[in-house]
Amino acid sequence: MSDDFATITPEIMLVLGAVSFLMWGAFGGGDRRATLIVWAAAGLMAVLGFWIALNGGGTVTAFGGSYVHDDFARFAKTLLLLSGALILLLGERYLGRYGMQRFEYPVLILLAMTGMLIMASASDMIVLFMGLELQSLALYVIAAMNRGSVRSTEAGLKYFVLGALSSAVLLYGVSLVYGYAGTTRFEGIADVIAAEGVSLGLTFGLVFLCAALAFKVSAAPFHMWTPDVYEGSPTPVTALFATAPKIAAGILFARVVYDGFGSAISEWQQVVVFIDIASMFLGSIAAIGQTDLKRLLAYSSIGHTGFALVGLSAGTQAGAEALLIYLTIYLVMNVGVFAFILTMERDGQPVGSIRDLAGLASNAPAQAMAVSILMLSLAGLPPLAGFFGKFFVFKAAVDAGLVPLALAGATASVIAAYYYLNIVKIIYIDPVEQPMDGRGHLLHGAVLSAASVVVATGWLPFLGGFGVPEYAAAAAGSLLQ
Amino acid sequence: MSDLSILSLVTFLPLIGALVLIVFLRGEDEDARLNAKRYGLLMTTATFALSLFLLSGFDPANPDFQFVEEGAWLGGLTFKLGIDGISLPMVILTTFLFPLCIAASWSINDRVKEYIAMFLILETMVIGVFVSLDIILFYLFFEAGLIPMFLIIGIWGGKDRVYASFKFFLYTLLGSLLMLVAMIYMYSETGTTCIAACEGEAAGLLTHEFDHSPITLLGLEVAGGVQTFLWLAFFASFAVKLPMWPLHTWLPDAHVQAPTAGSVILAAVLLKMGGYGFLRFSLPMFPVASDLMMNFVFFLSVAAIIYASLIALMQEDIKKLIAYASVAHMGFVTMGIFAANQQGVDGALFQMVSHGVISAALFLCVGVIYDRVRTREIAAYGGLANRMPVYATVMMLFTLASVGLPGTSGFVGEFLTMVGVYQVSTIAAFGAAIGVILSAAYALWLYRRLMLGDLIKESLKQITDMTPREIAVITPLVVLTLVLGVYPSLATDLFAPTVEALLEEVKAAQAASTQLAATSQ
Repeated sequence: MSDDFATITPEIMLVLGAVSFLMWGAFGGGDRRATLIVWAAAGLMAVLGFWIALNGGGTVTAFGGSYVHDDFARFAKTLLLLSGALILLLGERYLGRYGMQRFEYPVLILLAMTGMLIMASASDMIVLFMGLELQSLALYVIAAMNRGSVRSTEAGLKYFVLGALSSAVLLYGVSLVYGYAGTTRFEGIADVIAAEGVSLGLTFGLVFLCAALAFKVSAAPFHMWTPDVYEGSPTPVTALFATAPKIAAGILFARVVYDGFGSAISEWQQVVVFIDIASMFLGSIAAIGQTDLKRLLAYSSIGHTGFALVGLSAGTQAGAEALLIYLTIYLVMNVGVFAFILTMERDGQPVGSIRDLAGLASNAPAQAMAVSILMLSLAGLPPLAGFFGKFFVFKAAVDAGLVPLALAGATASVIAAYYYLNIVKIIYIDPVEQPMDGRGHLLHGAVLSAASVVVATGWLPFLGGFGVPEYAAAAAGSLLQ
Repeated sequence: MSDLSILSLVTFLPLIGALVLIVFLRGEDEDARLNAKRYGLLMTTATFALSLFLLSGFDPANPDFQFVEEGAWLGGLTFKLGIDGISLPMVILTTFLFPLCIAASWSINDRVKEYIAMFLILETMVIGVFVSLDIILFYLFFEAGLIPMFLIIGIWGGKDRVYASFKFFLYTLLGSLLMLVAMIYMYSETGTTCIAACEGEAAGLLTHEFDHSPITLLGLEVAGGVQTFLWLAFFASFAVKLPMWPLHTWLPDAHVQAPTAGSVILAAVLLKMGGYGFLRFSLPMFPVASDLMMNFVFFLSVAAIIYASLIALMQEDIKKLIAYASVAHMGFVTMGIFAANQQGVDGALFQMVSHGVISAALFLCVGVIYDRVRTREIAAYGGLANRMPVYATVMMLFTLASVGLPGTSGFVGEFLTMVGVYQVSTIAAFGAAIGVILSAAYALWLYRRLMLGDLIKESLKQITDMTPREIAVITPLVVLTLVLGVYPSLATDLFAPTVEALLEEVKAAQAASTQLAATSQ
C-alpha cells in the first residue's frame, strides 16, 4: 500500500500544494498574495517536473494495476509540468496589469495539472474519468475567470455545457465497455478482446470513447467549442488551453487505444483516420479567414491535433513515438508564440488582431524574427522543428500502409502554410499602422527567443534534436510493452 | 585543410556568416549599410574561393561521390554530404554567382542587413541541395530555400510583390510535399534514406530497384506500377521548380516582381534544382518509369519551347520576356535528360550551366537600365546604343548567346541536347529546332526595340553608360560565356564520366525490365 502512494507522490504533492495555497489565500491576504502564489505554484510544478524526469526508469504499477507510471507517463508528465509552470509564470504579468489577479487561479491550475497527471497514468476507465473530470472542472472555472467580461463568461459556460455533454458520452462509452468486457482495466479489456474478439457492444463503447476524447483534444468534428473558448478566455488561460490540456488529452487518447484496444486496431483506426483528415482540413481552411490571433491559433491547434493523431492512427510503436515528438514540438512552438501574444498591447490595452502585428519588423526586429520563425515552424517548413514533427507522423502513417492519409496531410499542410505565411507577410511586408508598445518581462523575451532558437536549430546534426527523438522512442517502447 | 570538412564548410559558411551578421551588426546609418554589403561580398567571395578547393581536389574520371562526409542525424536519418560530376558544376555555378549578386545589389538601401542575411541563408540552402546525399536532407535544403526567397521577393520586390511571393511559395510547396510523401514511401520501402549506400548498408536508393510491375488502380492498369507513381510525385516537384509548361505560371510573376539579384538567383540557380533533381532522382532511381514517360516529357518540353517562345514575342515587360525565354531554355534541359543518352544528358547539364550564366547576365543587364530609368517596359526604351556603347555591346553578346549563336555557351547546350534527342525522337528534335528560330525572333526583336534606332525619348536623353562597378560585375559572365562557348570540354570533362556511369545503370535497368516483360508474355 505504501508503495502505491510512493508512486503517486507528485500528484499528492500537487494536491497538497493546491490545498495549502488555497488556505493561504483565503486566510492570509487574498488576492494581494496572488503573485506570490503564482510563483510558488509554478516552482512546485517545475520542481516536480524535473524530479519526474530525473528519477527512475521502468514501469511501476499501483492500486492493483489501475495506475501506471512508465516511461510514457514520465515523458508526458515532464512535458505537462514544465509547460504548465512556464505558462503560469508568463501569464502572471497579464493578469496583474488587467486586474484579473486572483489567488484561486494558480490553485485551480494545480488541480487541473493533477488531473492531467492522472490522465497520463490512467490504466483504468474509472481513473481515466476521474483525471479527466478533475482537469475539466478546474478549466471550466478559469475560462470564465474574467467575471466582468461577457466573452469570458460565455466561453466558460460554453466550455462547461459542451464539456459536460462529452463527459456524458464518455461515461456512456465506459459503461458499454464495462458491460461487454466485464472490467474497466485496460489490461483486462485487452485480454477480453484477445480471447473473444471485439463484440458489437465493445465497438459501440469504443466509438463513444473516441468521440469524447476527440472533444477533449479538440479534433474535428468535435471542435466547435475551441475557437469561442480560445477567443473568449483571458489570454493566459488560452495559452494554457492550447498547451497542457491538449497534450494530456492526446496522451490519454494514445493510452486508451494502444493499451486497452491495441488488438482492436481495425475498429478504431478508421475512426481516427477520419478525425485526422477532418481536423487537418478544417484547421487549415477555417483559419484562413480569421483576423483574431487567438481564434486563428484555435483553428491552428485543431489542424495540429489532426497531424499529431496521424501518428496515433498508424497504431504502431513508431506512430506513438511520432505522436510524442509532434506534441513536444507543438508545445514548444505554442509556448513561444503565447509568450509573445501575452505582451501584445497598445496604449495600455491588450490587442490581439493579426493586423496589430504590422510593422513589428521595424519596431522590434528580434521579436519579429522569433515570431516569424515560430510561425514558419507551425507551418511545417524545413529546417524548422515543425517539419520534423510532420515528417515523423507521415513516416509512421506510410509504414502502416496509410499512404493516402499522408497525401491528405501534405495537401492540408499547403493550405495551412498560407495563413502562417500571411502572418509573416504582415510582420515583414505590410506598412506600419500604429506600432504596439507592450513590454514584457525579461521572461517573455527569454522564452520567446529560446523557443525560436530551439525550433530553428534542432535539425543541426550535432544537437540531435535535443534528445527528443530518443526519449520519445523509449516512451513509446514502454507504451507497447 | 582536410578533405573531410571542406564540403560542409563550403555549405555552411554563408549560413554562419548570416548569423554573425544578424547578431553583431547594429545601426541603420549609411556606414552600417555599406558594411553589411561589404561583409556579404566578403562572405560569398570566401565561399567561392573555398569551392575552388573542391574543384581542384575533384577527380573527374571517378564517377563516384567524392568529399563524402557522413554522420548520424536525428531519428535514424543520416547526415551525408558528397559531390559527383553532376553536382560539382552546380555548386561552382552557385558560389560563383552569389558574389556577383551581392555586388549587383549595391543600390539596395532598405533593410540592407536583412537583405544580405537572406542571400547568405539562401546560398547555404542552395548549395545544400546540390551536395546532400540523404533524401530527407535534400528535401530540407530544397524547401528551406523557399523561405529566404519568399522574403526577398516579398520585401524588396516590385509593386505586386506580395501576390508574386505567395504564388511562388505555395506553387512550389504543393509540388514538394507530394515529393516528400514519395520520399517517405521510399524510406519505408527500403529502410534507408541514403542516395548512395551509407556505412553498414548494402545498397543506397540509387541502386535499389523499385517495383515496376503494373498495378491496377480504379480499373486502370498503370504500367510501371510503383515506379510510375513515385516518378510522378517527384515530377510534380521538379516540374514546378524547373519550371515546365504548363506549371510555369509562377515564374514570370516572381521574376517581374523580384529585385534584380533575386531574379538572377532565381533564374540562374533555383531553376537548376529542378533539372538537378531529375538527374539525381527521377532518371537513375526510376529508370523504367522514366522510359515510359519519355514521350510525355518530350511533349511537354517541346510545348514549353514553342509556346514560351511565342509568348515571349508578345511581352511588353523586359523581365517577363526573359522569364519566358527561361521556360523555353529549360525545355531543352528536360528533353535532354529524358532522352537518356550521353549527348542528351551532357547537353542538358551544359545547358543548365550555360543558362545559369546567360540568364544571370541578362537579368543584371536589365537591372542596369532599371536602376537608371525605373521601368521595365520595353516601350519606354529605344536607341540606348547611342548613349551606352559598352552596355549595347554586352547586351548584344548575351542576346546572341541566349539565341544560341555558335561561339557562345548557349549554342553548345542546345546543339548537344538536340543531337541527343534526335537519336530518340526526330519529331521532338524538329519541334525544338523551331523553338530555336523563334528564340532568335524574340531576342533580336527585343534588342532592336531597346537599343537601336534614334534616341528620342526625353527620359533617356541623360542616361549614362555602365559604371566601372557594373562592368566589373558583368565581366566574369562575359568571359565565362565565351570560354565555355569556344572550349566546352572545360565543363563537359567534369561531368561526362559521371553521366556515362549513370546512363549505364539506367540502360541496364531498362533492358532488364524489357527482357522481363518479353519473357512473361
